[in-house]
Amino acid sequence: MLASVATVVLIIIIAVLVLLILSAIGIYNALVRLRNQVNNAWSQIDVQLKRRHDLIPNLVETAKGYMHHERGTFEAITNARAAAMGAKGVADAAKAEGALGQALSQFLLVVENYPDLKANQNFLALQEELASTENKISFSRQNYNDQAMFFNNKIQMFPSNIVAGMFSFGKRDYFEIEAPAEREVPKVSFS
Amino acid sequence: MWELIRANKRNSIILMTLMAAILLLLGYIIGALIFGPTGGAWGIIIAAVVWLILTAVSFAGGDQILLMASRAQPVTKEVHPQLFNVVEEMTIAAGLSKMPKIYIVPDPAPNAFATGRKPQDASIAVTAGLLGRLNRDELQGVVAHEMSHIIHRDILYVTLAGIMLGTIVLLSELLIRGMFYSSLGGRRRYSSGGKGGGEAMILLVIVAIVAAILAPIMAHLLYFALSRRREYLADAGAARLTRYPEGLASALEKISTDPSPQLAAANKVTAPMYIVNPFKKKGQMKLSDLTSTHPPISERIRILRNMTHGVSYKDYSQSYTATTHHKTIVPPSALRDNDRNIRDAGEKPATDKRKADQMRQVGDIMRVVNGFAFLTCACGLKLKVPPNYKPNTVKCPRCGKILEVPKKQAG
Repeated sequence: MLASVATVVLIIIIAVLVLLILSAIGIYNALVRLRNQVNNAWSQIDVQLKRRHDLIPNLVETAKGYMHHERGTFEAITNARAAAMGAKGVADAAKAEGALGQALSQFLLVVENYPDLKANQNFLALQEELASTENKISFSRQNYNDQAMFFNNKIQMFPSNIVAGMFSFGKRDYFEIEAPAEREVPKVSFS
Repeated sequence: MWELIRANKRNSIILMTLMAAILLLLGYIIGALIFGPTGGAWGIIIAAVVWLILTAVSFAGGDQILLMASRAQPVTKEVHPQLFNVVEEMTIAAGLSKMPKIYIVPDPAPNAFATGRKPQDASIAVTAGLLGRLNRDELQGVVAHEMSHIIHRDILYVTLAGIMLGTIVLLSELLIRGMFYSSLGGRRRYSSGGKGGGEAMILLVIVAIVAAILAPIMAHLLYFALSRRREYLADAGAARLTRYPEGLASALEKISTDPSPQLAAANKVTAPMYIVNPFKKKGQMKLSDLTSTHPPISERIRILRNMTHGVSYKDYSQSYTATTHHKTIVPPSALRDNDRNIRDAGEKPATDKRKADQMRQVGDIMRVVNGFAFLTCACGLKLKVPPNYKPNTVKCPRCGKILEVPKKQAG
């Protein structure tokens, strides 16, 4: 009688243990899948940033012939590009790329003053490429942030946070715009 | 995201099960009519076999059939770099591993559709009229709507439901014709079976007539319900992907006020694939038009424009409720999704091209797709050479210079 009770208890304990292990395996696999998705989203941003870096010399070359008085703008772009290419880590890269994006939008504003340049087919094609690359960067950033949020939610919520702690899954940084000017509300004056 | 796809799947499976029930019932009645009261099972088997064959055929090349029927041409980046870029952008935003193939339909009516059973081998087709009329943000909205169809796997369900609808229509037509002929020639055969059997037969014939009339109507309504629901969800998905609902809203507005004739290659079964109903119809403004494959455009625009708080599915759902006074369109499980903090990217400047320019562009896109060669003369005139132009040189009509016609590439 006693022996049979002990057996039942043992079976229950084993069953619970098996269940726990199985769900831990499930959670672990889900975490790995999410982490891979975050990594993949990050590499997507990388691809697009590289595209932007490759596009800039072409753009500057084409525009230089038309814009003789904009040395400062070109220098700002070239320097920002060099800084962005040398950046390491998510936070650092976000900052440098923010500055580069700002320099580029400054450049595209200045272009408005040069109708000859805006009529150049070659330049128009480059401008479409640049606009698209900027979009791709922001969309891949959007995708990365979404994926990073899913991952962070998973590793902070119960019960997956236990498994995440056991296998040391770390929280991921969001790719946020660090350029202070992009955060400011643009001033509008009607004077 | 995944919750939404799963909820979508569940709803579609319910609707398709109902359609399958109608199909099998129809099969049973046909069987009972042909083989006598005990032959219903055979009818069910026949109905199932017809359905399976049609499904197999469409799975072997269903998306290609639609693309071919609409005369869509596969295009490379050179033909329309902007379209290419926009599709690439949306592929990234959707997190798809592979970019859909891009097609242009040489038709001046503005419309777009997506096909393909899996997100990995999907295609997006837009008409030349659409490319000519929309600006970049609007084109992005339309492509995002199609991309949402792809990631929600709508195409698979619409195709499957469409085939089932086709089978039901086919069987009920067979039933009506069969009864018509048997009533002409086969009356004697039934009357010899005895009085009771004859009465049961008359009852059965009445049931069959009712079924043959009602089944296709019911199936149509189910099909359209499925399709309308998915249009709303694709709009919600487009807002989420672009973070800019105004782009799609303004595109829909332009499309709906467009005066060009309706799309040449479209029929009632392929209609749900398009972004807006390819059939021009008066009285589309009614709120719940049960026989429409698409929700009224005006309502879709209003919902998108009412999304003032953000661009997640939750925001779309709130806007839907506020606009239509119906309960939510987005399944509740998708609202648990953690994306309620997604914000609108803010206003973007939108510039419009001039009308004549637009029309010229539509024409140019159609000519490129149809294999015209483009030359620019030294005097600045742009020449458009048709593909069947034989000589190697052409004289510029303005300055008289002889220009060489580039060799036409295959395809």
